[in-house]
Amino acid sequence: MGEWADEWASQGRANLWGAVPKIIEMQSEGGAAGALHGALTSGALATSFTASQGLLLMIPNLYKIAGELTPFVLHVAARTLATHALSIFGDQSDVMACRATGCALLAANSPQEAQDFALIAQAATLAGRIPVIHFFDGFRTSHEVAKIDAVGADTVRAMLDADLVAAHRTRALSPEHPVLRGTSQNPDVFFQSRERANPYYDAFPQIVQDAMDRFGELTGRHYKLFEYVGAADAERVIVLMGSGAETVHETVDHLVARGEKVGVLKVRLYRPFSPSALLDALPLTATSVAVLDRCKEPGADGEPLYKDVVTALAQASADGARAMPRVIGGRYGLASKEFTPGMVKAVFDELAQPAPRPHKGTPTFYGLKPVKDRMRQFTVGIHDDLTHLSLPWDADFRTDASRQLQHAVFWGLGADGTVSANKNSIKILGETTELMAQGYFVYDSKKSGAVTVSHLRFGPATIRSTYLVEAGMAGFVACHQPVFVDRYDVLEHAAPDGIFLLNTPAPPEQVWDTLPGKMRAQIRDRRLQVWVIDAYAVAAEAGMGRRINTIMQTCFFAISGILPKDDAIAAIKHAVDKTYGKKSKRLVELNYRAIDTTLAELHQVAIPTAEAIGNVPDFSPAMDTAARIPDFVRELTLPIYQGHGDALPVSLLPADGTYPLGTAQYEKRNIALEIPVWEPDLCTQCGKCVFVCPHTAIRSRLFPAEAAQDAPPTFKHVPAKSKDFPAGTHISYQVAPEDCTGCGDCVEACPIHDKSNVSRRAVNMAPVGPLRDPERDNFAFFLRLPEFDRSLIKHGTIPGSMLLDPLFEFSGACAGCGETPYIRLATQLFGDRMLVANATGCSSIYSGNLPSTPYTVNGAGRGPAWSNSLFEDNAEFGLGMRLAADQLMAYAQQLVKEMVTEIGGDLAEALVSADQREEAGIVDQRHRVALLLDKLASSTHPRAKELASVAEWLIRRSVWIIGGDGWAYDIGYGGLDHVLALPYDVNILVLDTEVYSNTGGQTSKATPIGAVAKFSAGGKATAKKDLAKLASDYGHVYVATVAYGAKDVQTLRVFHEAESYPGPSLIVAYSPCIAHGYDMLYNQRQQELAVKSGHWPLIRFDPRLAESGGNPFKLDSAAPSQPIQAFMDSETRFAMLARSHPEAAQRFLEQAQQDAERRFKEYQDMALDGHSGESRNLEK
Amino acid sequence: MIDLSTDYLGLKLKNPLVPSASPLSRNLDTALQLEDAGAAALVMYSLFEEELRTEDAMLDRFLLQAGLGHSEADGFLPHHGEFQGGLERYLEHLQRLKSRLEIPVVASLNGVSLSGWVELGRALQQAGADALELNVYHVAADMLESGQAVEARYLRLLRELRSVVSIPIVMKLSPFFSSLPNFVKQLELAGAQGVALFNRFYQPDIDLDTLCVVDRLHLSYPDEALLRIRWLSILHGRTHLTLAAPGGAHSYEEALKLLLVGADVVHLASCLLQHGPARLTQILHDMESWMGEREYASVAQLKGSMSQKNLLDPAAMARASYLRVLDSFSPLPGVWS
Repeated sequence: MGEWADEWASQGRANLWGAVPKIIEMQSEGGAAGALHGALTSGALATSFTASQGLLLMIPNLYKIAGELTPFVLHVAARTLATHALSIFGDQSDVMACRATGCALLAANSPQEAQDFALIAQAATLAGRIPVIHFFDGFRTSHEVAKIDAVGADTVRAMLDADLVAAHRTRALSPEHPVLRGTSQNPDVFFQSRERANPYYDAFPQIVQDAMDRFGELTGRHYKLFEYVGAADAERVIVLMGSGAETVHETVDHLVARGEKVGVLKVRLYRPFSPSALLDALPLTATSVAVLDRCKEPGADGEPLYKDVVTALAQASADGARAMPRVIGGRYGLASKEFTPGMVKAVFDELAQPAPRPHKGTPTFYGLKPVKDRMRQFTVGIHDDLTHLSLPWDADFRTDASRQLQHAVFWGLGADGTVSANKNSIKILGETTELMAQGYFVYDSKKSGAVTVSHLRFGPATIRSTYLVEAGMAGFVACHQPVFVDRYDVLEHAAPDGIFLLNTPAPPEQVWDTLPGKMRAQIRDRRLQVWVIDAYAVAAEAGMGRRINTIMQTCFFAISGILPKDDAIAAIKHAVDKTYGKKSKRLVELNYRAIDTTLAELHQVAIPTAEAIGNVPDFSPAMDTAARIPDFVRELTLPIYQGHGDALPVSLLPADGTYPLGTAQYEKRNIALEIPVWEPDLCTQCGKCVFVCPHTAIRSRLFPAEAAQDAPPTFKHVPAKSKDFPAGTHISYQVAPEDCTGCGDCVEACPIHDKSNVSRRAVNMAPVGPLRDPERDNFAFFLRLPEFDRSLIKHGTIPGSMLLDPLFEFSGACAGCGETPYIRLATQLFGDRMLVANATGCSSIYSGNLPSTPYTVNGAGRGPAWSNSLFEDNAEFGLGMRLAADQLMAYAQQLVKEMVTEIGGDLAEALVSADQREEAGIVDQRHRVALLLDKLASSTHPRAKELASVAEWLIRRSVWIIGGDGWAYDIGYGGLDHVLALPYDVNILVLDTEVYSNTGGQTSKATPIGAVAKFSAGGKATAKKDLAKLASDYGHVYVATVAYGAKDVQTLRVFHEAESYPGPSLIVAYSPCIAHGYDMLYNQRQQELAVKSGHWPLIRFDPRLAESGGNPFKLDSAAPSQPIQAFMDSETRFAMLARSHPEAAQRFLEQAQQDAERRFKEYQDMALDGHSGESRNLEK
Repeated sequence: MIDLSTDYLGLKLKNPLVPSASPLSRNLDTALQLEDAGAAALVMYSLFEEELRTEDAMLDRFLLQAGLGHSEADGFLPHHGEFQGGLERYLEHLQRLKSRLEIPVVASLNGVSLSGWVELGRALQQAGADALELNVYHVAADMLESGQAVEARYLRLLRELRSVVSIPIVMKLSPFFSSLPNFVKQLELAGAQGVALFNRFYQPDIDLDTLCVVDRLHLSYPDEALLRIRWLSILHGRTHLTLAAPGGAHSYEEALKLLLVGADVVHLASCLLQHGPARLTQILHDMESWMGEREYASVAQLKGSMSQKNLLDPAAMARASYLRVLDSFSPLPGVWS
């Protein structure tokens, strides 16, 4: 929402008053709230958009804004909050956390209402001076594409009273008529002051209703604070707010049509809560009421809305105004969990029970008695086999409304344009027909090869189905990726007599033979029409590369019959004109050609009439089902991978969000079209391919030659070239064929050329087809090879370090990701002793998004222990880990000293004074700790048990604080700075992509001048913050900038130096990202350009050098040898500005060049003259 | 007063010096400086087919179809309502040049594929181009493609373009045709108004450190005029096409030589990039002086006066001179003995 506003502002689009709004991105939502408060109190109309953790950060200011009776609307796409895990998905936990702020809470249930209520809220807040949190369900409403009636400028003008705006300005702080606001108050008057605002709250419900009524007169769309739908004499009523209310509405219509006395009460204005409006709306006939909350308040006797409704009814009952109905409260839909008519029906069925069912009881904890009670609380939508709160539901229940709609489901890849094509189709149908349309898009959380499922509905009336297309309901199912037919139950949604469209390279007459058995059975049983097209061939032929969205969209319109074919084709062409017309006539032509070719290449497949089904292979699940899979993975991880996570019962899930490492290895996504092939005859064993691999899919290992005796026939290995290893030591470079994403970075990094054929390197990409099976066996064998003695390997060289086993593998990061090689490197060097605090962002998602856990363990079961706290607190979180490690180590040392006679003087002395800076020292200490534990096991010393419980802390821990630039430069900078200012031994790795990558490319303070990013649509006007230089000013912080693609040796050196430095270390790592707008194949080339152009100088600041009288500052990169333009021209983030704002682009380019030269000169001077900062002694 | 005017593609030019396709026309200010310096017309920088393709691909992948399939992010870059593609920018710049310059402006297309150029040509004409230069930069590397097929490719492109635009078309050719005069004749029959001899193939270079192929810009040098001199000389008087001479003119000497053998216009680029607009004024001035000293009344009088047709010894421009030149070469003392 904010990004659109920024783009409109950058285009100079004016608002109602003819002014172009100022859009400012702050460092955090806390900052945004502060800026809002300032703007509002100074007379501006201001707004913001947020959700989830961001809303929490605004809470302190929301109290202030409300306390000062400030007209303001905050628009919130309500999402859940991070608890045992982060989830970006939708529920009302965040807004519920704001109910005590004094802000009004107004719930919109649909995209139409979200638009309407935005205006109603603004009108009401101006009139009533209560700030409004206008919310709607995150994703389900915020990301739904729907046909709506747009509110026109005249309506907006009519709704916003100019006198009220003027009154707001009159209250503004002004030196012309100064006042003082924001006093501090004592016990004498604070309480009374709080009560002074009561009249405003008392009046506000009626003010909102008035605004709704005025809006209704203007638009014909009438709303109520509490809106009842259903039988006038309803006995069973569900009360709820948000998008789920629409599904209940749809179900109520269905049930009422069958004579059932049911209804739904939609809550619009939740705060200020108006019991009288609620009671007026709720039929007196209601004897059984269920209140549904889309949030959870652990430990409470019911969720907030339930409690409010109970209170209102109880008071009315006590007053004799009505009989007290039975009221039960339920939770539903947490983190976008589906909420379907079947579930609604289950709630109504529960309400029909003569009395609340007896609770089955909960398990016994800590010897306490199990809870046994009547069931007034329930959940719906999950299977709770632990506390037995969940209601069973009928998954096959369908409403009349659902049956009257047309449904379509499309399976695609994130990057194949399926979603954008479907959005476009909805637009076409919305604009060219009377049909109402709805689209909702489900994504997995992978950044490369993500699967998207688009759920579309079309129909003549308002679509209230706020749930996914149900099984067996889609008259049209399209599979845009041929590999999906083997992997997913693509036809689950297909309705009988429906149409199945498949993109496949197989010729129409052979397609049937390529389909799995279950799919053939589904096609026959449901009498599906099957249509096929080789969309990639058509795209290539039309000159569109691998972009198939227009082609598949054309197929949809050609065969779905939803529009007359010719009208549909004309409409697609019109849409193409609109997309490309002004930007590229050539692309218009290419798309036209593709549309025309598509029609000729679309074929219906003849379904064989008689054939045995069942002799063909069925779905091959994405995951390896070999017996070695641990039980946890089999029971939990496997079903999630296979898309059955919804069916997992409560008892199977860890109660505290703790998961085992190393589960990414079971996924086997098979998304690469080509994989690298090692050529041992050319290879110099330099290790660069291993170094750059973003997915740890190419690895090297040493082993005695005889270990390869039973190797599969195509397993490649040769004698190790290095003389460091015993004779007979072999080496292998092995690819993980099913985990490789095919980015090709390894080939680009290979420095070796065949002397007779320069394009042949020591690794080359080759089609995966014939390689997958043999290489799978080879990789499995490779993993079984014995671990090589790490002490024999030189950790300080690239070839050596790349022989160390990685403890981070197969993450869900983008193909060609520039961040992950740094993380993998850290795990190779220090993985067995790492504690990782990871800021929220790309790295937390690809490191910890269930069910994949790419961090893994070595042969001894050791590995990085990882956690994600929040976005803003990561440096502090990591510092806490350090403090715990230090404190417990000190405690263990103290106990060792106390028990010196028991332990033995030498061992005790060695345990407390061990030098553990290097790995060898840590290995020795582990041996000592093992000896200690042996001794303690047989000890009768009263403190022996205590020491045994803390003995492992005697081993040094390497604390790593990892996060992106959004965290380090912006939201977490205060904390980062504080941790840097302290003397503790933490290693901070900033993966600097120069933009907020995870959330879609918003500007951070790491964004360079002239780069286009969200909230810098006109190019970032200021230079990137020099974080390394700021940190080096402290003098006691080890600081370095690295770019492995430019100088891997320097990167490796920095990691060693940073880790061994006994104080805070900061590594700012240049991390190419797809957000920069170029093919990630060129990841290393761009790093090199960044360094050679002076955009990213490589520096090191090592305070240890100052202690020994040297210059702590080292400049590791040469003077810029390329103009900055060479770097900027090659990345879309800069290049697009030259297209949209050429003059600004030129100005920024010149500034960037000057900055690069000035910065290099400064660094050069520092390297020559020494740094002004003085090294300070560290505490330890 | 010497009449320097010349006829080029049916356009009356005040003199024969025309800056050829180069970055100098990208900027309105430098274009105005060239006009002030005396340029008689301006060939705009080339609109490269590959550049358009690459830009389209970039635009398509990272901006228009940036769907990533992430729940939190539709795409990484903001949508740009005002974004202009390469062609659109070219057309706008052409219009800008046309509105500010008095001299004719020739649009230049550089490409090799058989698609898309028709629309492009039409758009350029609509935007006000006085003529079109079509640079079919085709490296004939296919062993299965005959010389005839290569020529047919040029001709087909020309015919397609000819059918939709009414402004003159000049074909910029490479020297690698087995029978240039015959091919020029075919171009004439297919509707061209002129040929420009020759385009300069930027040859790929090799970086010995990285063993990568690198593109380096090599500016022309005066000796390159010689190849043009021979072929212009041969063609002059044998075709009705306007003859333009790009490549190698750095001073009045090359310019005069090219005119003497029959060029209607002499294109300048490298010398202007190196020395600025004053070089054009200088060449013009020097040409006039030379002509004045020798009492030439006009460029028309001088043009083609030394073409092969007008030479007493036509072999001088053909094979015989080759033997003479080789035989005349004596190594420097000490090189061989």
